[in-house]
Amino acid sequence: MAEEGDLLHVVTDDEITPRRAALGRLLVWGSAGIVAISFLVVWMAKQGTLGIEAENWRPVLYAYLFFGICLGLAQVVQRGEQGKRTLFVLPAVLFVIAMVIFPLIFALGIAFSDWNLSSPDGRKFNGWDNIRQMWGDPFYWNALKNMVYYTLAILVEYAIAFGLALILASEIRARKFFRVAFLMPLMLSPVAVSWMVGKSMMEIRFGPLARLARELGWDNPSFFGSPEVARFMIMAMDAWTFIPFMMIMLLAGLQAIPRELNEAAEVDGAGKWRSFWEVTFPLMLPVSITAILIRIIFKLKLADIIINVTAGGPGGATDSVTSFIFREYRDRSNVGYGTLLAIVYLVLIVIAITVFMKAVDRWMNPRY
Amino acid sequence: MAQQIFHDSEQDLAHRARWFTGRVVIYGILVFWTIVCLFPIYWTFTTSFKLAPDVMQGNMIPFVDYTPQWRGWKSLGLSPDTIGTESTVRAEFLKRFMNSAVTALCSSALAVILGSMAAYGLSRFRYRFGFMRNPDISFFFLSQLILPPVVLALPFLVLYKELALLDTRIGLILLYTLTVLPIVIWIMQDQFRSIPVELEEAALVDGLSIWGAFLTIILPIALPGMVAAFILSLVLTWNEYFFAALLTGADAKTLPVMVASQTGSQGINWWSMAALSASAIIPLIVIGIVLERYIIKGMASGAVK
Repeated sequence: MAEEGDLLHVVTDDEITPRRAALGRLLVWGSAGIVAISFLVVWMAKQGTLGIEAENWRPVLYAYLFFGICLGLAQVVQRGEQGKRTLFVLPAVLFVIAMVIFPLIFALGIAFSDWNLSSPDGRKFNGWDNIRQMWGDPFYWNALKNMVYYTLAILVEYAIAFGLALILASEIRARKFFRVAFLMPLMLSPVAVSWMVGKSMMEIRFGPLARLARELGWDNPSFFGSPEVARFMIMAMDAWTFIPFMMIMLLAGLQAIPRELNEAAEVDGAGKWRSFWEVTFPLMLPVSITAILIRIIFKLKLADIIINVTAGGPGGATDSVTSFIFREYRDRSNVGYGTLLAIVYLVLIVIAITVFMKAVDRWMNPRY
Repeated sequence: MAQQIFHDSEQDLAHRARWFTGRVVIYGILVFWTIVCLFPIYWTFTTSFKLAPDVMQGNMIPFVDYTPQWRGWKSLGLSPDTIGTESTVRAEFLKRFMNSAVTALCSSALAVILGSMAAYGLSRFRYRFGFMRNPDISFFFLSQLILPPVVLALPFLVLYKELALLDTRIGLILLYTLTVLPIVIWIMQDQFRSIPVELEEAALVDGLSIWGAFLTIILPIALPGMVAAFILSLVLTWNEYFFAALLTGADAKTLPVMVASQTGSQGINWWSMAALSASAIIPLIVIGIVLERYIIKGMASGAVK
């Protein structure tokens, strides 16, 4: 893996004169200086020490853009051909730093403060208060517990998706039609789905699903009345949109398995069931784990459906962390507390995913 | 004398029957799942042609149970008799539609451009940014996937307010680009790895620069992967609701937010709701049917290594 040198190796004959190198350094530090100066100017203007009115922080944004361009130029000036290669990755890196790293640091700052956006007081640092509040907030823990349930539901989704992929990979007619039809739910907007399925089709009086439930003997179908049923319904709707995603990944994996392997198993006298468990399934493990991992990542973002269908009800039984924070902000417009909850959530996710990946790694490559 | 001499043995006939039941079960499952997948779409489209009594009675089949009316589409100003006239509702709808289209297209394009360049660089050259080597940089990009949007949402609310980017398309485009960038990089890295390095070596020998080789030789070959990444980003950004609900107001509100805010004072007008939902999902249904190949390719690229 860790081979040294470029994969695409080219001998270059760049002669970088000291003046060129100096010019490059000047570009970098000069433009960085402009960013710092613009930051200072706006900050002081906000404080009112400069006498000029600063409307917003836009100048700093422009200065950062300018810095990005200069940094790119400097790469070429300073390092010639090598610098041109850096230009491939640099824009994306600068973009992600500006959009993720900086806001995350900023988020850490506001997480420990009491900041009501609608009140004129502005930000107040309040130390560990938010954490203490979180510790005693049953709704947050409840939302976290729900996330565990929602994540466990992935196993069922996986089983269904695997079954469908197996059928699609077998010899059937009109495969293309079925593939397109099965893909459709993924394309639909979750908001439209939650309105048309969650609110219209499950409407107690006239919704087709409610009528079907009555036909099947459930006298008084209420899909969002009791906590368990409501949670199940949210899971089902979310599964409905994302099963195609897993199905397609698994299908691609199935089609990559050489046919000879199953034929060999058949010649050796294995039945369908056995050759599935002893040939197909083990070969599909890597793909399955990728699919499940990506699905978990998407599941952890689950919010749209919950916000639109149940708004977390009944009594927070269907809340996901995201939808809970969304409502917390909508109701109280307190940025500080919401951010703290989100950051705690992020830390938990990172830990959980790392443990999951390590465990999988152990299991797939056992070390004796 | 037409008597059959050779018979299938009992065993073979049993085999035949089992095969037959197997087929029935398989097609049964297929048809059942097709109904599960397509019925909500059918329901959305038919409801948009219903009147209030039809909705209340739960009529299902147009022309048999009820006569389709343009009521739902009329409330959007999109029915045949209102399409020629001025309509504030339609203007509003078109504005939201354009917002969605512009943000989705621009952010997907931006993500594909940034992502392809980064993926190409990472698949061809060794970098060192401080302690970061290639695998670290790769991981740095891909790890953005596990960042839940809610972590960034509130800080961005404050930052955008300070930067005067709240409720602007630009702000949304930047955020959406960020959310789909890791997926694009993932797909494109896979794509570039499958292109042999010898191609560029030949191009370089013939006198092209590295960027020249990238733009004129490699990009055309990698085009299917780029289309796949683009379509996948388009699907995700067109449907995005969470950021749009938090960060936009009167100006830059997108279609999903408009759909979500359709509750009137007298309950929900299902017909107009359905028409609105239908028009929000039509573009993607069309894309799904026409470009299904690319979507599958995009999603499959991570699966098979």
